[in-house]
Amino acid sequence: MIEMKNVSKWYGATQVLNDCSLNIDKGEVVVVCGPSGSGKSTLIKTINALEPVQKGEIWVDGVAVHDRATNLPKLRSRVGMVFQHFELFPHLTVTDNLTIAQMKVLGRGQDEAKQRGLKMLERVGLTAHKDKFPGQLSGGQQQRVAIARALSMDPIVMLFDEPTSALDPEMVGEVLDVMVGLAAEGMTMMVVTHEMGFARKVSNRVIFMDVGGHILEDTSKDEFFGNIEARQPRTREFLNKILPH
Amino acid sequence: MTYWQDIWDRWQFLWDDRGDGVTYWQWMFSAWGYTVAVAAVSLVVALAIGCLVGTLRTVSQHRVVSALATGWVELFRNIPVLVQLFLWFFVISEIVPGMRGVPSFVLACCALGFFTSARIAEQVRAGIQALPRGQRQAALAMGFTQLQAYRYVILPQTFRIIIPPLTSEAMNIVKNSSVAFAVSIPELISFAMQTQEETSRGIEVYLAATVLYIITALAISWFMSILEKRARVPGLSSQGQGAH
Repeated sequence: MIEMKNVSKWYGATQVLNDCSLNIDKGEVVVVCGPSGSGKSTLIKTINALEPVQKGEIWVDGVAVHDRATNLPKLRSRVGMVFQHFELFPHLTVTDNLTIAQMKVLGRGQDEAKQRGLKMLERVGLTAHKDKFPGQLSGGQQQRVAIARALSMDPIVMLFDEPTSALDPEMVGEVLDVMVGLAAEGMTMMVVTHEMGFARKVSNRVIFMDVGGHILEDTSKDEFFGNIEARQPRTREFLNKILPH
Repeated sequence: MTYWQDIWDRWQFLWDDRGDGVTYWQWMFSAWGYTVAVAAVSLVVALAIGCLVGTLRTVSQHRVVSALATGWVELFRNIPVLVQLFLWFFVISEIVPGMRGVPSFVLACCALGFFTSARIAEQVRAGIQALPRGQRQAALAMGFTQLQAYRYVILPQTFRIIIPPLTSEAMNIVKNSSVAFAVSIPELISFAMQTQEETSRGIEVYLAATVLYIITALAISWFMSILEKRARVPGLSSQGQGAH
């Protein structure tokens, strides 16, 4: 479903992605982890071309993302994305947040969009808040609405960019629960996160990145957590620091 | 009593005929009307161009477009407004074909409108750049085109942020409209100067003009505060930032 071949990216002279290649099949849940500044967020944002790349190829469901002739809005409308800071549109009600892109991008009618949006809102357990504005919700609730907003576009894949990093610890669970449910339904997911519990529980594969934008590991979850001795020294160092906690 | 009687008498000239059947009282209100009209038309011009130019300055993909927009801002905000007015009146209307017959009212509105458009463009640009970067990314990630992202996500939030500076600009344009006397538009200052000449009632005339300027400014302030209240979003601070 997603294929990356030898992708490199630079900000000026600084290289942020270094020859990254990966493959994500339909229905797979892949967790991307690594220290700050390793290019995790940049990597995930290249998949829907929010971050353009200078070298390499990116294919999503057969569409060449790296090709300048590609209709990016059309591609992006099929790829759901959830951000660290939620990025709900603060001037619109929850319902309008859920429906606006369905109507303006997919061309759905208001009734259809509302029906679809409210169904997704129910899924994340927030129907009672449909007429509120984002600023009236807690962080965890906002992130669940953001997930519902992405889902109401009927995406073929969901990208999560540190979806719980900006949340109060108490609210992390409610967001992860929604994501676990999504994975169980067979949604293709790529998740940048430090939540190793989530990675252990639901991921199929773990990708570990290191500073400079290198993919150091791309291995099955069982191998990643079960056979730490076989990991790269840098990965072991990272895991030893975060796993005891 | 004679003190107050004396003051009352000093204002009697307002009911005098200025010589053609029009009293100074009527003339003053017609002049006030010109002031408001020049300011209002200029403001519409300034808002339309200012929003467009300010938005274009933030479109980073097209360097030529944003360079042109930057050039517009630098050109019109670095020349004194009175000089700009004279440039329209004495230079542009003389050397640009087809501009010769253009009424001075239109020229004054162009001068004031273009001058203020540069200032409004800067506020629109600053407002757009004050939004979290993720808002644009979120809009694009949902499949919006650049144009749709501006239309549905970025600009609606920007306008809420810039209502306070826009209030100042609307007041400034009323005050700056006083330069229009220099190209013979019969607005308040033009009225005041001529009436002072004819009646020697300088104190009264300028006090009256001052009061009318203040009333106009207060009306704008009142209108904009209503607009600000109506545009307020529950749960959102006036800074336009989300809850993060």
